[in-house]
Amino acid sequence: MNIHDRSALTASADGTDGITFRLNGADVALDDASDSRLSEVLRTSLGATGTKVGCDAGDCGACTVLIDEAQACACLVPVGQIAGRDVLTVEGLAQTAIGAALQQAFQAHGAAQCGICTPSMLMAAYDLLRRNPQPGERETLDALGGVLCRCTGYLKIVEAVRDAHRFFDEPAEPQRALSPLVGGECASIGSRLARLDGAPKVAGSERYGADSAPDDALWLRAIRCPHPRARFTLGDLEAFVAARPGLVRVFTAQDVPGENSFGIYPHLKDQPVFSIAETRYRGECVLAVVGEKEAVERLSIDDMPIAWEPLPAMVGSAAALAEGAFTLHDFVPDNVLTRGRVERGDVEAGFAQAAHVAHGAFETGFVEHAYIEPEAGYAKRIGDTIEIFACTQAPYMDRDEVARVLGLPLESVRILPSPCGGGFGGKLDVSLQPMLAVAAWVLDRPVRCIFSRIESMISSTKRHPSSIQAKAACDAAGRLVAYAMAGDFDTGAYASWGPTVAGRVPVHATGPYKVPHVRNLSRAIYTNGPPSGAFRGFGVPQAALAQESLFDDLAAAAGLDRLEFRLINAIRAGDTTPSGQRLEASAGLAECLEALKPHWQRLLADAAAFNALEGRTRRGVGIGCMWYGIGNTGMSNPSTMRVTLSRDGRLTFWNGAVDIGQGSTTVLTQIAADALGLPVDRFDFVLGDTALTFDAGKTSASRQTFVSGRAAEAAAAALRAEILRLTNAGPSARLALEGTSVTVAENGVVAHIDLAALPAQADGTVLEGIGSFDPPTVPLDAMGQGVPYATYGFAAQIASLDVDLDLGTIRLNRIVAAHDVGRAINPMLVEGQIHGGIAQGIGLALMEEYLPGRTENLHDYLIPTVGDVPPIDIILVEDPEPLGPSGAKGIGEPALVPTAPAILGAIRHATGVTPRQVPVLPHRLWELLRAKEGRS
Amino acid sequence: MARYLRPTTLDEALALRAQAGGVPLTPLAGGTDVYPVRTHRSAWFQPFDRDMLDLGAVPELSGVRHDAAGTRIGAGTTWSAIAEAALPPAFDALKQASRQVGGVQIQNRGTIGGNLCNASPAADGVPPLLALDAQVELASLRGRRRLPLADFVLGNRRTALAPDEILVAIHVPAQPESARSIFLKLGARAYLVISIASVAAVVATDDTGKVTDACIAVGACSAAPRRLPTLEAKLVGRPAGDLAALVQPEDLAALSPIDDVRASAAYRRDAALVLVRRALAQLADKPMEVAA
Repeated sequence: MNIHDRSALTASADGTDGITFRLNGADVALDDASDSRLSEVLRTSLGATGTKVGCDAGDCGACTVLIDEAQACACLVPVGQIAGRDVLTVEGLAQTAIGAALQQAFQAHGAAQCGICTPSMLMAAYDLLRRNPQPGERETLDALGGVLCRCTGYLKIVEAVRDAHRFFDEPAEPQRALSPLVGGECASIGSRLARLDGAPKVAGSERYGADSAPDDALWLRAIRCPHPRARFTLGDLEAFVAARPGLVRVFTAQDVPGENSFGIYPHLKDQPVFSIAETRYRGECVLAVVGEKEAVERLSIDDMPIAWEPLPAMVGSAAALAEGAFTLHDFVPDNVLTRGRVERGDVEAGFAQAAHVAHGAFETGFVEHAYIEPEAGYAKRIGDTIEIFACTQAPYMDRDEVARVLGLPLESVRILPSPCGGGFGGKLDVSLQPMLAVAAWVLDRPVRCIFSRIESMISSTKRHPSSIQAKAACDAAGRLVAYAMAGDFDTGAYASWGPTVAGRVPVHATGPYKVPHVRNLSRAIYTNGPPSGAFRGFGVPQAALAQESLFDDLAAAAGLDRLEFRLINAIRAGDTTPSGQRLEASAGLAECLEALKPHWQRLLADAAAFNALEGRTRRGVGIGCMWYGIGNTGMSNPSTMRVTLSRDGRLTFWNGAVDIGQGSTTVLTQIAADALGLPVDRFDFVLGDTALTFDAGKTSASRQTFVSGRAAEAAAAALRAEILRLTNAGPSARLALEGTSVTVAENGVVAHIDLAALPAQADGTVLEGIGSFDPPTVPLDAMGQGVPYATYGFAAQIASLDVDLDLGTIRLNRIVAAHDVGRAINPMLVEGQIHGGIAQGIGLALMEEYLPGRTENLHDYLIPTVGDVPPIDIILVEDPEPLGPSGAKGIGEPALVPTAPAILGAIRHATGVTPRQVPVLPHRLWELLRAKEGRS
Repeated sequence: MARYLRPTTLDEALALRAQAGGVPLTPLAGGTDVYPVRTHRSAWFQPFDRDMLDLGAVPELSGVRHDAAGTRIGAGTTWSAIAEAALPPAFDALKQASRQVGGVQIQNRGTIGGNLCNASPAADGVPPLLALDAQVELASLRGRRRLPLADFVLGNRRTALAPDEILVAIHVPAQPESARSIFLKLGARAYLVISIASVAAVVATDDTGKVTDACIAVGACSAAPRRLPTLEAKLVGRPAGDLAALVQPEDLAALSPIDDVRASAAYRRDAALVLVRRALAQLADKPMEVAA
């Protein structure tokens, strides 16, 4: 044991201790208080921001460092305990052979997505490899078990760690320069290119929203309502501030220069920046305190001049729809925010002619995004403009919201998206941006804010809880004839993306199948829950649970194999959707199912053999299918991209699409590179800066590869066309860029363009290509008829699992996922999306349930760990989409949708009981099993 | 500003503890429970400004010593140190528990003494130690005393630790050579999970395979983990291979599980029964690590 050489008395005088220790091999001295967290000291006093803070409670492992060669959560370590110790952080990894190898392996395997957990994963892995350079799987899982990742599904991380030994003696391998071939033959598209933005993620040098701010920035913290609904009164705030040195100002609704509200839809700006008199959910922001860091952190709620009067609250859709329920927002007296409808054929007639009918009621709860990076950023006023550096998925929407809140023209607001440590839909809404903007604007000083994990969870949007009644019918041969559903979606206290969910669900609720008679109805209901917003799938995962479950019923009733039933009914190119849209091309569900067949047969046989043992563990296999419309529902969602050459020979990609970890920066560059005819490693980037890039639209709806990909392709093609025009060259010419010279070679004829000699724009640009794409759609009419999406992704997944009949616990054995992605621009990144989506689907199915006031941290709210994701086999089906860049469609959301239905189907196959509520927690499944077995 | 006290001897620590004079000193070892509390309070603007007594530099609190007379585990011993200690099979349950508390980060920092003093109903360190008849050694300037663990952990976040006392060590009496043990933990995910229910069993047999001692403790199913004495008495004298079949629901009547976000009370009661039976069956088979 390391014995501290100071007596209690010297240590106790003022709480500081002049602590010295070794950080990454160098001696450092601190004057921080001894009880300061090591994580905070590393990040703030020592500037080593590679160590991330995800929860400050040891629940996520994001702050993992090594202390005397053993991994520890730096957030739980008082610096008083590290005097004389050796601390290794991600910043010190590259100087070790193992660390450098791990960093290379992470890049080569695509093990980093958003990158926020990457430093800690590397540290935990280093701890393991130092003891065993070639660890087994179980040992690896045990070593990484303390670090949560929300993006990757862990599989590529485990692969990278176990493969790192191959990189021990190799020098850093430069990114392979992939040169396109002549004649339109793609070289970059289709390659497993490592992330172009990956190097800073594995080095720990990526600067997220919490990692940088102007030196003179003040700190902001929001005071949030602890009740689901309350009236409140504020006392003398000026006196409160005056009595507290270091506190600068308290901001309330009265201080907002423009409109004190925000919201996704122009007609639904219903959420206040600072609430007025009454709050509608636990976590609602009432006011913000701004001042020096210590002064803001030391505040006690007991001293604040604020008095709460808790009011009765409506919990759940049923309460808000009940007779006599009070009205939450005056403009919607019945609490029904919006309705969605898709109706086609004659659904009653359809049911009347059916041979088999299945119906059921299904329930899902709030689901938390649980990105490992809590919201963070800063705002800075520059004259009559304001700049905001913060995490976001939608910089242009943030710009519009902030301009409205400040009462400024749009061009006076500049959004600089920070690298985004996970989003999944949760960072589509503004969070801290309006408050920061108000404070920085009024004070004319930079103001920063970092949400704690708890603040992030209580304040941010969630997946909509759903209550779905559904009925499905087929004929004697198993052909679907009718489907009807009515779903209530708890949209919480504010609208957020509620209308999007209510609109998307009826279009998708029938699944990727031909059904002639359909009536799908949805409602978004205001309640006193947290605002439900966008979460990977916009309600489609909830609807798919109901629909796929009923189709298993129908398959059984019709005496058909579950996969065969789906294949018989699979929608194909040439078929018409319930929205009346004829699918022209790229409808690859049938191909996905055909590809799964051998796996299905093998896994069914395996389950049958296992179950023949008649033990108390039963094996089951399930299948789930999905379709997903790429882009906004029946409305314009354009993207514009720009590619330029400057007079000094720089090739720049001006890309406004935010890469939240999914890889758009890499994928869009691959598309642009091939369209232009220059290798990816020649590109410089300007990313997502509303002052410099065009609007690429938000990173949501699985749209960036498809929509921005087409725009990138068009922009690069326009630049290429300009080059060819200047040199009078034909389309098959081969380009090269050397210094300021562009060489254009065709059929042995070589021409040159001297960029330095061309007239330049103000920014030095001499040649440019600008391209836009807006997927062609037709708005839905009152019956939900139209062309809601230009294209759809399709998928089918199989889950194999074991159920412990006595404990109701589930162990996943394997997932096999077949996805029609049109074209995989980068198969490695596509696989990463599928892994991550499946992991979130596992969470939805088996463990995740956000309960306000009860599961507001990562201790009680469980997301899958490295031990909860089974092996995943991926089959990529490429049924090209004519509208997509090189045929590509989206994958982000499609990856998640089929997983939970497949798991529920497997539980039923294993046990004979049909869960209709998720998550299927052990005690819930146990209750179903007990009821079936007739035990008391 | 709160004080941070880091004594380097036990006497110094005890003096500080005694001098606190009404101001509560928060004992700190690995920090794995103290800092999360601080985080939770701070999220709701409840500053955590208690003086901290860092026990990490007190040599007497560390280390595992095992001899014929018994085993002493310093209260400041980390989970990882316990998992790696050379101890007989009777301690397998404790070692298995040590590898299932949090992630490796927590195991490297969290201490057994902290786990006992934190007194969570789901504390994974408690059932194995209860099943080993462990005693705690408490020190103060007034002197030292020993208490059976069951008399120390009194309920949810409640212990018999006096305001001037420090938990110094855990003492486990010498175990029969034949004693083997197992710990089964039930949670809703693979790692980083709070127990829905947990069971530790230590069973010793004679030359004929008949049970001479059976100690069974259940966690997360009552305000404090507890032993099942009536069941234990029923098992003595029976062949080890028969034990699982002997366990009946009424043998777990002493448990008083609650409903919470992790599980229902009824489920916990039944799961505890299943885990006890499995623990005994697996011990009869062979000592092996099996996750519930």
